[in-house]
Amino acid sequence: MSVFIIRRLLQSVVVIWVMSLLVFGGVYLIGDPIDMLINPEADQEDIDAAIRALGLDKPIHEQYWFFLINALKGDLGSSFIFNEPALQLILARMPATMELAFASLFISIFFGIPLGMWAGLHPESIAGRSIMTGSILGFSLPSFWVGIMFIMFFAVILGVLPSGGRAETTEFLGMQVSFLSWDGLSHILLPAVNLALFKLSLVIRLSRAGTQEVIHQDYIKFARAKGVSEKRVILVHVLKNILIPVVTILGLEFGSVIAFAVVTETVFAWPGMGKLIIESIDQLDRPVIVAYLMIIVFMFIVINLVVDILYSVLDPRVRLQDVKA
Amino acid sequence: MRKTFTAFVAGAALLAAAGVSAQEIRIGIAQEPSSIDPHYHNLGPNNGFLSHVYERLVQQDSKQRLKPGLAVSWKPISETVWEFKLRKGVKWHDGSPFTADDVVFTATRAVNVPNSPSSFGTYLKGKTFKKVDDYTVHVSTKDPYPLMATEMSTILIISKKAAEGAQTKDFNLGKAAIGTGPYKFVKWQKGDIVEFVRNDDYWGGKPKWSKIVLKPISSAPTRVAAMLAGDVDMIDGVPTADIETLKKNSKVKLSQGISNRVIYLHMDQQRDKSPFVTDKNGNPMDKNPLKDVRVRKAISMMINRPAIVERVMEGVAIPAGQLVSETFFGHTPNLKSEKYDPAAAKKLLKEAGWGDGFGLTIHGPNNRYINDSKICEAIAQMLTRGGIPTKVVTMPKNVYFKRASRGGPDKSPEFSFILVGWGSGTGEASSPLKSLLTTYDKSKGHGASNRGRHSNPKMDALVVKALATVDDEKRRTLLQQATEVGIGEDQGIIPLHYQVNTWATRPGLRYDARTDERTLAMDIQVVK
Repeated sequence: MSVFIIRRLLQSVVVIWVMSLLVFGGVYLIGDPIDMLINPEADQEDIDAAIRALGLDKPIHEQYWFFLINALKGDLGSSFIFNEPALQLILARMPATMELAFASLFISIFFGIPLGMWAGLHPESIAGRSIMTGSILGFSLPSFWVGIMFIMFFAVILGVLPSGGRAETTEFLGMQVSFLSWDGLSHILLPAVNLALFKLSLVIRLSRAGTQEVIHQDYIKFARAKGVSEKRVILVHVLKNILIPVVTILGLEFGSVIAFAVVTETVFAWPGMGKLIIESIDQLDRPVIVAYLMIIVFMFIVINLVVDILYSVLDPRVRLQDVKA
Repeated sequence: MRKTFTAFVAGAALLAAAGVSAQEIRIGIAQEPSSIDPHYHNLGPNNGFLSHVYERLVQQDSKQRLKPGLAVSWKPISETVWEFKLRKGVKWHDGSPFTADDVVFTATRAVNVPNSPSSFGTYLKGKTFKKVDDYTVHVSTKDPYPLMATEMSTILIISKKAAEGAQTKDFNLGKAAIGTGPYKFVKWQKGDIVEFVRNDDYWGGKPKWSKIVLKPISSAPTRVAAMLAGDVDMIDGVPTADIETLKKNSKVKLSQGISNRVIYLHMDQQRDKSPFVTDKNGNPMDKNPLKDVRVRKAISMMINRPAIVERVMEGVAIPAGQLVSETFFGHTPNLKSEKYDPAAAKKLLKEAGWGDGFGLTIHGPNNRYINDSKICEAIAQMLTRGGIPTKVVTMPKNVYFKRASRGGPDKSPEFSFILVGWGSGTGEASSPLKSLLTTYDKSKGHGASNRGRHSNPKMDALVVKALATVDDEKRRTLLQQATEVGIGEDQGIIPLHYQVNTWATRPGLRYDARTDERTLAMDIQVVK
């Protein structure tokens, strides 16, 4: 198993390198940020000076080489806009995004699985049908629209929840977090539900389909025949067997939640990485864009690895090994 | 019992409301500053929000007229030397006194900030600062320099004691962020919050608010929702589409004012083969009709400005006929916005030999100015109706501006006919005349944003003369003449409209809409 993990991590280095090359080239093709950063009253000499200050006067391969050398030393460059190390900027925003991502993961698991199993066990009941209809809405409504509706309803009309932003943070295990206070939770609630909506629906559908399939299996019949209580049948025999697809999907989705919380963070003015990346793209802040995407790629690789390991824990038949050609 | 409870709640709410109104103000802002270092980045939000903390020798009021700041008076004492008398009794936030040393230190530091993406060297180069005594500074230049006070109204003064050797980072963390302004810097969490508190020792009297909280909310609907929900007391950048609805809402008051930003069109007047000028069937041509002033005039006459203001801008803009509006220095009363006259335009086109028309493509950004892409579409329709079939291409600003200024061969402008805006940061006409209409010349620093490459030696001479004329009245006349030549005679650019900015506040507040688009707590008035 350790060989498997080491090999996976080595492969990831290659993937990250290719990624950096693609992003670097891509952003270079779009242009440079000088015309947006510079004050319009600057003359040609000032513009040239700014281009030099950001190192944009060098040919692209030289810029990339310089980036690569520094990256190997752990320096992914400094933001053109903030003049701070890109990595530091991103990591400073990470707790906010993580908080949101975990809150939405929590919501999708603790509401999605029971609701899905209920719908699977009672497919013809009104509740079961309503759950399924609801999940279709969760899939199909665009999240920025839902977000704005949430704000209109809960913040503007009812006035019970804040319209956006993050509450005052406190230090917890060396990180700045906001979920330890009521105020913090009230700020997280709307964006977390908004972000969870899609995954919640996904989990409901997966659990329902899984439940309907598993419930007719021989081992369930056998368990029942053996006199195992219904509660144990459902909570152990059914639940454990529907978890594999749910874990896979949630694992992959968790990555994309962190990576692409962009919409929710923008709508709710949540100061996370997604808001940072969208603003950086807007301003072509290349060091931040490159560093962000490299981090995201790395994260996806790690999550995939964790999912594979969890797999083998949940299903002892799975052996961790590379697929050989 | 229930009645008492209601009364209690109402009373508590009143108390809370009163407490907030006299004390703390929370503002939802569209764009946050990129630094707390006032010399790192010459950028609108930085220059605006940092004015709470630091001050300038010369200040601009809400209409961008100059008034004394840290300097009480200024005058030229010879052809090339200006004298600034500094205000006495001003204290830095750390308690130390403000003196001429701080001014000289600021002048050397501001041009030398590492990795600055837009340096204040623009306003400081060629100037030598000398301390005469603790409260007198002499600034000398090579040539007579009329814009001295204007340019000094852009530089925020920092404390020598607190900021010597400090990096941009030290300002962002607050260590070096020591100013003389009405509010002290507390903290900046990027993307989340900027906080200032009252400076009780402020030389200009006790500031109104005990605390200022700036919340960056870049998404416009969210900003409006935060206002409606009462999560903030004020927002800037109210979208034009929401203005009508908000006007009817009793929870919100709107404050509007003309900005220093003019939206205009550049036309390629340099190349004979202009890439986006074609014949009627879309084939390239060897001749560029945009080089003919009659064609440019005809295009201007085909544009129905009042209609654009009314329909596209929802009434929130003012038709423009030059680079700066009435209240600004250098505005000429002789130039009105061009009247919509399609018949006369047709005649002019015929006279110029383009009676059959030709094809054009208008390029514009789609996320930079208010309703920018819609304006491009409206103009294209108007020109097409007038016999110049026009295509529209709009793109995000991060792609657009580079291509518009340096996207072509040899770093020339890539497009032929573009929509752009210009905000007059210095509050007078010389800077846009110099940047947009003088002949492009790198060595002189002329025409840096002249993306149509308009060129007329007569106008250049007027601008150069104005920039060397210290006498205000004479300079005003020269700038007016230059504008009349460059825009009136030459149609070097086609002005469309001045933007009008909108702020929303809760009832009981009013904002003195600033022409420079800044959002400053100092300009919020409490009304009954």
